[in-house]
Amino acid sequence: MITDHLSVLIIAVGLLGAFFTPIIGLIRKEMCSLWASFIILLQFLISIFLLYQVIIAGNISYWLGGWEPPWGIEYAVDLLNAFVLVIVAGICFSVSIYGRKSLGFEVPDKELPLYTLYILLTTGMLGIVVTGDIFNLYVFLEIGSLAAYALIAMGGRHSLTASFNYMIMGTVSASFILLGIGYLYVMTGTLNMADISALLPSLYGRPVILVAIALLVVGLSIKTALFPLHTWLPDAYTHAPSAVSAVLSGTFTKVGIYALIRVMFTVISPSYVIETVPVMSILSWVAAIGILAGSLLAIAQYDIKRMLAYSSVSQIGYIFLGIGMANKLAMTGGILHILSHSLMKVGLFMVAGAIIYRTGIRNIYQLKGMGKKMPYTMAAFVIGALSMIGIPPTIGFASKFYLAWGALGAGEWVFVVVILLSSLLTAVYFWRIFENAFFGVHEDIKKDEAPISMLLPILAFAVITVLLGLLASLPIGIIEQWVTGVLP
Amino acid sequence: MVLDIIFAKYNYIIYITLMTIGFYGMIGKRNLIKKLIGMSIFQYSIFLFYVSAADVSGGTAPILLKEPAVYVNPLPHVLILTAIVVAVSTLAVGLSLVIRIYKEFGTLDEDKIIELSR
Amino acid sequence: METVTSFGPGLAVLVSLIGAAMILIFGRYPNIRESISIIAGIIKFGIVASMIPAVMDGKIIELKLWEVLPNLPIMFRVDAFGLLFGLIASFLWIFTTFYSIGYMRTLKEHAQTRFFFCFAMALSSAIGIAFSANLFTLFIFYEILTVSTYPLVIHIETRDAMSAGRKYLLYLLTAGIFLLFSIIAVYHYTGTTDFAPGGILAGKGIPVNMLYLLFITFMIGSAKAAFMPLHSWLPSAMIAPTPVSALLHAVAVVKVGVFTATRIILYIFGIDLMKETGLALAMAYFVAFTIIVASLFALTHDNLKKRLAYSTISQLSYVILGVVMLTPAGITGGMLHILNHAFMKITLFFCAGAIIVASGKEKISEMNGIARQMPLTMIAFTLGAIGMAGTPPMAGFISKWYMLIGSVEIEQIPLLFVLLVSTLLNVAYFAPIIINAFFKEPDKELSYKEAPLFMLIPLILTGIISLVLGIWPDEPLAIVRIAVQSLTGGT
Repeated sequence: MITDHLSVLIIAVGLLGAFFTPIIGLIRKEMCSLWASFIILLQFLISIFLLYQVIIAGNISYWLGGWEPPWGIEYAVDLLNAFVLVIVAGICFSVSIYGRKSLGFEVPDKELPLYTLYILLTTGMLGIVVTGDIFNLYVFLEIGSLAAYALIAMGGRHSLTASFNYMIMGTVSASFILLGIGYLYVMTGTLNMADISALLPSLYGRPVILVAIALLVVGLSIKTALFPLHTWLPDAYTHAPSAVSAVLSGTFTKVGIYALIRVMFTVISPSYVIETVPVMSILSWVAAIGILAGSLLAIAQYDIKRMLAYSSVSQIGYIFLGIGMANKLAMTGGILHILSHSLMKVGLFMVAGAIIYRTGIRNIYQLKGMGKKMPYTMAAFVIGALSMIGIPPTIGFASKFYLAWGALGAGEWVFVVVILLSSLLTAVYFWRIFENAFFGVHEDIKKDEAPISMLLPILAFAVITVLLGLLASLPIGIIEQWVTGVLP
Repeated sequence: MVLDIIFAKYNYIIYITLMTIGFYGMIGKRNLIKKLIGMSIFQYSIFLFYVSAADVSGGTAPILLKEPAVYVNPLPHVLILTAIVVAVSTLAVGLSLVIRIYKEFGTLDEDKIIELSR
Repeated sequence: METVTSFGPGLAVLVSLIGAAMILIFGRYPNIRESISIIAGIIKFGIVASMIPAVMDGKIIELKLWEVLPNLPIMFRVDAFGLLFGLIASFLWIFTTFYSIGYMRTLKEHAQTRFFFCFAMALSSAIGIAFSANLFTLFIFYEILTVSTYPLVIHIETRDAMSAGRKYLLYLLTAGIFLLFSIIAVYHYTGTTDFAPGGILAGKGIPVNMLYLLFITFMIGSAKAAFMPLHSWLPSAMIAPTPVSALLHAVAVVKVGVFTATRIILYIFGIDLMKETGLALAMAYFVAFTIIVASLFALTHDNLKKRLAYSTISQLSYVILGVVMLTPAGITGGMLHILNHAFMKITLFFCAGAIIVASGKEKISEMNGIARQMPLTMIAFTLGAIGMAGTPPMAGFISKWYMLIGSVEIEQIPLLFVLLVSTLLNVAYFAPIIINAFFKEPDKELSYKEAPLFMLIPLILTGIISLVLGIWPDEPLAIVRIAVQSLTGGT
């Protein structure tokens, strides 16, 4: 049955698709973007099916080449994987549709490498999520990262240095991760995640495990741009092509967070990282500082994409805070925020891209009259921004509710204050845009909306933000089930 | 006592030294090519660590062993082959970036590039 | 008490949401757009009014929609208190729509589609708040209300308006955050956010300090009620067009604040807990301070709308004062004052707007002899003003009378004095306006006439209704009695 092979198919489709992109591009250049959308649509459908299967039938384990783990590579899909898979594939798919016009405008005549890399990026991210082998995770991380460096570098003059810096940081992080994996391997003699987690408990006394954890945490924190290791992110997101910024902000950092959750809570047991060594509480304090710092830095920006980038730093802090508090509620909130931040931030970056596409404006103080010029786009922006602030009924509210509840339940008053205070700061930097875009221009401005292929994904994200906000119990149900299985 | 440890674990000392050198190269040097060199040293030191950690003295490759013998687990070496491929690709991306940067800015000095891109 | 399920409350909220969407769609055609506003208003009032018989029978109408978060559903429940507020808001929406059509057209305001759209959204949320069955639902609409009224406040889009808007947001979003915190805390401790007549916090083993903290955060959270240290957004928001000030800042928004505070005091904390912890008395003196000081502030303002704003701040605190007396008479007075103040204050604001439209004057000192040109307007104004002061037979007298009884019942004579002194202050700041308008000679020949009929008729009607409510208060009193009965068990 082909359905048994779905978890490897999602990767195989991507790799094959990436391989054939240049060939298709040689025949007809315009076909590349359609091809990429098609491939990623396949992956998206598979991921939905995987999620469905996991919910219905429980965890999926696939042995590559029929080799039994721990000798062979295992692709293990549980609720968390499947959940993140759907997010990643869904976002990559929508942005690929959006990118047809946007990338065509910002990166003209480079369809071949562009879409090959785009599919590779998607596949790399999906691979990180789907694999059950920790070294395989590293490889996919590097596939994704390399594609990301190259994609960012396509944004023109400034993006080159941004990409270079990102590459240096990214390589350091990848090397740390590799080293951490190496230590775990040296201690346990296996690379299979389930196997490592079974063998580790007897070794918890050893300092080597601590070193491994430290290396992995630092490495993954760089990849996910946790404050103060975020320095690569603002430049990269600002100068990358808008569609690429959208994808990276929505998925790449999230995949890094997924990897961290996977390593900390399933490979290493939660009780060790929570009680024996206070890794998680350190992370949560760093995250709390990051939330405030990111928001404050975002307020200081006037380039819309840079502002969104700093806002990402802050929002990533939320996710880390939720995970770091490591109680059921906060963790649910944190993982839910992966979903909500992806939806909101991708939508917002796409809006920024649409504005750049139509007018070339990046400075938020020049957005005067944009509400009349591009009403639908800006309406989507308002919804995304309100969700970032945490106004109900949006998905951003649901995750903030759970985060604050978790913090309150754990008696972490400082975090409660941080979570709630940061909403205000978020309101400050988004409201500047509202004021400029919607008010103060009385004369009639001709409507000049973004093209439909860009508008449609933007509106879809806005609608989903609200719909999921109203139906937040659905994702929460999935997440809660996973969290309950993991946390004691 | 200290010397004993140093001699017994000299391979680890070497790789840590290399790693530090590489790290310094990446952060301390202002020339982009030197940064890339540092990056490579950094990565390769980790490969060294893997390979030397997996080695068993007197071990042989586990190919068609007739009788029980001390053998070296081949998996780390295989992994490092993969990692080397990754490292080479990273270097390739890095170098091509450097070429583009040089064409765009006419220099490889980071400070000057920052000044130019203002 | 009997509970019936009905789509009524959901429909009541939905009507104006659909109305808002249609307003957007037909934004280019002013006549269609404004007919939609009126029709939606009438339908909405019809739906709300259709629930009166059931509630008067002592039934409670419920509608549980879906669960937004696990165990936290969007749920509507129409009890007597909610119905009272829903009736006020939806009834006055009709008047205000007529009035704003007149106002906006006469002044040829810009962005009218946005104006009517946001208006409809705000009304939806006000009704949503009136009918919400739990804090969670209430919070959702509370925040929507904040966001949807922002464009109305800064409607004229000048620099002053923008900074007033920022202040408005700062206060109300902060309030929202405090409210959210309190809701999460309540949910954390009790596992529910449902309103229940006896309160839900009692007997849950919550530390007393936590209760105090919760009460404070809740009250900061209902900053829409403009208690004294958190009041300053309201006078600033007076920069909005007058229909907005009239409906939103005399009825919908501020009343939502008071309504929320009342819900929290009576249905979350509960009468017993409020008494035990001593919070009720503390709150009573706190709002008493607001009553007096806001009245004093009102005296100092020459701008008519600002003066009305401070008067609103003072009057809102009456409601809370009545409620925290926790006796049947006090609560009756407080709840009834929501209704009475709404009609009186909207009349006053309508008059202020009519004066602006007809003469362009906003300052009281410039209004000498204005009654000669606009007699009907000023008569309506006088009706509202003497009602504010609590003079029989106006509506304001009834509610104030109940509050006076309440203050005697709880043996807090200082509160009695507060109520009396504040009456004097009310007279002090309204009398000059009326005297100026009727008896002083105009500085120069006045050339303007009454405001257009679209504005004049609503203000006359609301003026008359506030008189009628004073003479025949039985119907609203009956509704309030049902609410009070369910709370106190007695009569």
